[in-house]
Amino acid sequence: MNRLSSFNVVSLTFGFAFLYLPMLILVIYSFNKSKLVTVWAGFSTKWYGELLSNEAFLDAAWVTLKVAMISSSIATVLGTMAAYTLVRGGRFFGRTLFSGMIYAPLVMPEVITGLSLLLLFIGIGMDRGVMTIVLAHTTFSMCFVSVVVSSRLATFDRSLEEAALDLGASPFQAFRLITLPIIAPAVVSGWLLAFTLSLDDLVIASFATGPSATTLPMKIWSSVRLGVSPEINALSSILIGLVASGVIIASLISKRNSVRLRLEERTAERL
Amino acid sequence: MRRFLLISVPYLWLLTLFLIPFVIVFKIALSDAALAIPPYMPTMKDGLSAMFSQLDFENFIFLTEDDLYWKAYLSSLKIAFISTVLTLLLGYPIAYAMARAPHEWRATLMMLIILPFWTSFLIRVYAWVGILSTEGLLNRFLFWIGAISEPLMILNTSTAVYIGIVYTYIPFMILPIYAALERLDASLIEAAEDLGCSRMKAFWLITVPLSKGGIIAGCFLVFIPALGEFVIPSLLGGSGTLMIGKVLFEEFFSNRDWPVASAVAVILLIILIIPIILFQRNEQRQQEAER
Repeated sequence: MNRLSSFNVVSLTFGFAFLYLPMLILVIYSFNKSKLVTVWAGFSTKWYGELLSNEAFLDAAWVTLKVAMISSSIATVLGTMAAYTLVRGGRFFGRTLFSGMIYAPLVMPEVITGLSLLLLFIGIGMDRGVMTIVLAHTTFSMCFVSVVVSSRLATFDRSLEEAALDLGASPFQAFRLITLPIIAPAVVSGWLLAFTLSLDDLVIASFATGPSATTLPMKIWSSVRLGVSPEINALSSILIGLVASGVIIASLISKRNSVRLRLEERTAERL
Repeated sequence: MRRFLLISVPYLWLLTLFLIPFVIVFKIALSDAALAIPPYMPTMKDGLSAMFSQLDFENFIFLTEDDLYWKAYLSSLKIAFISTVLTLLLGYPIAYAMARAPHEWRATLMMLIILPFWTSFLIRVYAWVGILSTEGLLNRFLFWIGAISEPLMILNTSTAVYIGIVYTYIPFMILPIYAALERLDASLIEAAEDLGCSRMKAFWLITVPLSKGGIIAGCFLVFIPALGEFVIPSLLGGSGTLMIGKVLFEEFFSNRDWPVASAVAVILLIILIIPIILFQRNEQRQQEAER
């Protein structure tokens, strides 16, 4: 299956153009001098300047970053625990319910998750703000972390752990010294996934927050509802740039690691 | 003891922040609207027996009486279904071409498919506003090449919603199909061709059936979230496009009718249970087939 027909080439070209052109256009027009977003009036970076002096956006960006850092870190711990329980925990009371609660949030419409959390927060009389957004984001992203980590846990050789236990390691030592280093890449990508999900979320945050906290997506939402604005184009370009460079760096690192791993394996075979 | 802690912490977290909130939604869906904040009469406050005698399906009856809700559910189902079909028609050739590409390209192609998923969903939908509006780039382009003389109305119609859904969810369609096609043994197709099968026939008789698992998974991964979608219809669909996620959001934030919003959520959940169960069956079957 190694020859591409012209139909294959056309579908790839069309597919990637479809995926990337809209974003490319957005980035190009963020450098447009005109306030009218569809008319090109020359190159300018003034919208970036205006964006960076807009306090409301900067505040919202700070809130979003804080929420994403805290919620993705808690979610990574909880999600890894949940994955370990599901893959290694054996049978326990309510296992089916537990795995149901891990998988259900992945496909639950955001409006329902958001609505139900808001009703809970109001029911117990909790003040809504950064704290409640963190709780909400942790809840749905821990499920994503647990799915990513458990797929890694399920494929790795259990005898390594058993060997450590036989040699006198405590279960916790075995986890820390053997299991954790092996599943580390999955834990890291779980954290990254949780972090971007939190950065990106509009609907659940709108339900979970109160008047005291506005996240960046909520801020973007309230201005794009009024139509296209060059400031939002500039903001979008910054976000796209950050994500693209992050993903490219991550893939270069993982490529280098896999090359190193292969070299090590080859040397080990020779010995 | 340690094992108990390991299990109970995430368990309790999900019970309090996932399961109990759903119970509350059900409870509120079955209570009367009152003007106080929280704007509902708690149905459970006088104990369990009183709760069952007080249960009241008024909100659900209200939903059946007002056409708006029926139309919104039906139109969500229709939009989700059509966009799933469109995503499949567009995604399959891309996944197929990826699976046929040289080995050393595949990791890069995969990354290019996943990359948009990491960038903000809201921004990717917003990007289409500037393209599809009557003054937008698409209309200017079509006008410039002489294909149209009057600008096309695309933004604020259901066409824009289809484009938005296909655009945002196509990676979810491509990835499972690609995974299935990559595992496919090329010698099966060669054998079919050697035995006199035309290329087209070999494709329909061998490639498509063997990638069925991936197709089903991809369709559910698009259909399920599309059904409750809020951002895409609000941003691209205008006021004329009804979708239930949007109705729920507005019922809650604009009309502040919480019991009705909760009843809308409960029915949406009931509609979603069937595809979710089918999806999980398909995943289990796939995993068993791999073993």
